[in-house]
Amino acid sequence: MITVELYKLFTRARTWISVLLICGLPLVVAVFVTVTHIAPPPGQGSAFLSAVLTDGKLYPAAALALVLPVFLPVSVAVVAGDSIAGEAANGTLRYLLVRPVGRTRLLVSKLLALITFVLFVVLAVTVTSYLIGIFLLGPGAPAAVGPSAGTVPGSITPGGAPTGGVQPGSSITSLSGGPLTLLQLAERVTWAVGFITVSMLGVAAIALFLSTVADSALGAAIGALAALVASEVLVTLNAATVIQPYLPTRYWLAWIDFFRQPIFWRDIQRGFAIQAVYVAVFLAAAWANLATKDITA
Amino acid sequence: MIITRALTKRYGAVMAVSSVDIDVREGDRYGLLGPNGSGKTTLVRMLLGLVFATSGEIEMMGSRIPKHANRILRDVGALVEGPAAYPNLSGRANLKLLDAAGPRGDRRTRRRRIGDALEQVGMAGIDRRPVKTYSLGMRQRLGLAAALVRRPRLLILDEPGNGLDPHGIRDTRQLLLDLNRDGVTIFLSSHLLAEVEQLCTRVGILDRGRLVLQEELATLRAPTGRVLLDSPDAGQVAALLDGEVEQRDGSHLVIRHPDAAVLNERLVRDGIRVSSIAPQSRTLEDVVLAVTGAGSDQVDGSGTAAGAGTSWQPGTDGDTGARRMRR
Repeated sequence: MITVELYKLFTRARTWISVLLICGLPLVVAVFVTVTHIAPPPGQGSAFLSAVLTDGKLYPAAALALVLPVFLPVSVAVVAGDSIAGEAANGTLRYLLVRPVGRTRLLVSKLLALITFVLFVVLAVTVTSYLIGIFLLGPGAPAAVGPSAGTVPGSITPGGAPTGGVQPGSSITSLSGGPLTLLQLAERVTWAVGFITVSMLGVAAIALFLSTVADSALGAAIGALAALVASEVLVTLNAATVIQPYLPTRYWLAWIDFFRQPIFWRDIQRGFAIQAVYVAVFLAAAWANLATKDITA
Repeated sequence: MIITRALTKRYGAVMAVSSVDIDVREGDRYGLLGPNGSGKTTLVRMLLGLVFATSGEIEMMGSRIPKHANRILRDVGALVEGPAAYPNLSGRANLKLLDAAGPRGDRRTRRRRIGDALEQVGMAGIDRRPVKTYSLGMRQRLGLAAALVRRPRLLILDEPGNGLDPHGIRDTRQLLLDLNRDGVTIFLSSHLLAEVEQLCTRVGILDRGRLVLQEELATLRAPTGRVLLDSPDAGQVAALLDGEVEQRDGSHLVIRHPDAAVLNERLVRDGIRVSSIAPQSRTLEDVVLAVTGAGSDQVDGSGTAAGAGTSWQPGTDGDTGARRMRR
């Protein structure tokens, strides 16, 4: 059943268009940065964008930071929102159920396909942006401008990278200023890919739940995005400090902490935990709804 | 094969299906008839475990639905409210996916089973074009093929004739007859009376959610004990058979008489010319209109045929009342 879901997912034009778009944005940004050599000043703009000018190998991290706030959640919400409601609107849901595919099994397959999709997209961004970084920005060439690491709101003392102090291929400067070997970088990118994938699962679970409730795939996707936007608004609102630790997007940027030396685990752990809670709650709700629902579509 | 007991589905204040007891026996070709909105589709959906009953129970092949649906449905092929397929994939790819999704989708026999099913529905020659380019008739045939790939013992088909041209309808009928001969029980819902009349051995009629009739088709169509007669000497006939003439309309008469041959002999002996003579047997249309028309608008009270679960006997007065009402 999971292979069936993956086959359906990867034979749809929409899947590949969203992958292309998501991988295309970092390319566009890289082209502009390469041509102009103007990076955002430290502390502003997307994380890592300043740092990549000193080292193209850091570009996957910058690319992930670029697609994380909007592109990635939008595509995840669209795919997840479509999973049940889309089948229902298409009429294929009833034929799957009478095939018979158990409702629980269907939901689990949909979720596994979703996880695969998110992982695939995040990996696609990482790999393409690594290549973009190597070819466009150069492997660790001394930067001409802005020899400073990007900073993140709430991060701990971002240190500035020494100008041209990094030899090609030997080490990469972490956000905290300490050196990272290539192996360490690979390890941390892997962690970051994992964390970002998990971060998207909260959205996926919300959209999947709405997909079992709504009649239209679009409605489910927009509903999930509305929840996200609300969360992002509240995260920046000082008056909402009380609930902030429980918002799904609160720790979305915590993966940046993987690029500190040493890794700053507190927010990362909380990020994993909060996503686990959202996935558990909304998956249970989706299951409870689908398992008892009259399928009249 | 399928037995329901007091099966009821209520949507809010609306009673979609109300205390229905159907009984489909193994080997039947069962036609579920009823006007639009009479609850046919809701009933079919409950049989397939898609919609949960408010009360009552369903037993299919000896096990309960929906509790054991996942086990029972692997022997059931279904077409529910029109076919559906993934529009971006070819017909064959759709069948492969559906087969792989469920139980008994043995990969080794898949290609052959799909080939067989496509041939059965007359689509052996389909190419790799996606389903979105298919006509409605092709989609309907593909839907039927999807129901056949798993080689079911029971086919539950909701309006299988929809979207088919006369050729398609004839082909489908022949296919269902062939399958039935090979032991497949067929349960279909339709509002096409002629279709059911030509295909089914047994009918159930739903009206406003209630099963108002369930009977062998042969019994329903048994002679009514009346003879239809056309004679240029209608006046003489009326004089001769005074008490037996039920209706007279120009040269056309309806006579209460058990045997057309005997009646014919008597008329000819008396020098009465007969243009045509035949025993009257009701069409399915007569039956359906009689039982579904009864209830709210028929108030003459003489042996009204309606009433859930009551086995309605042919030859009672209910149908004459309904026929008079239609005129």
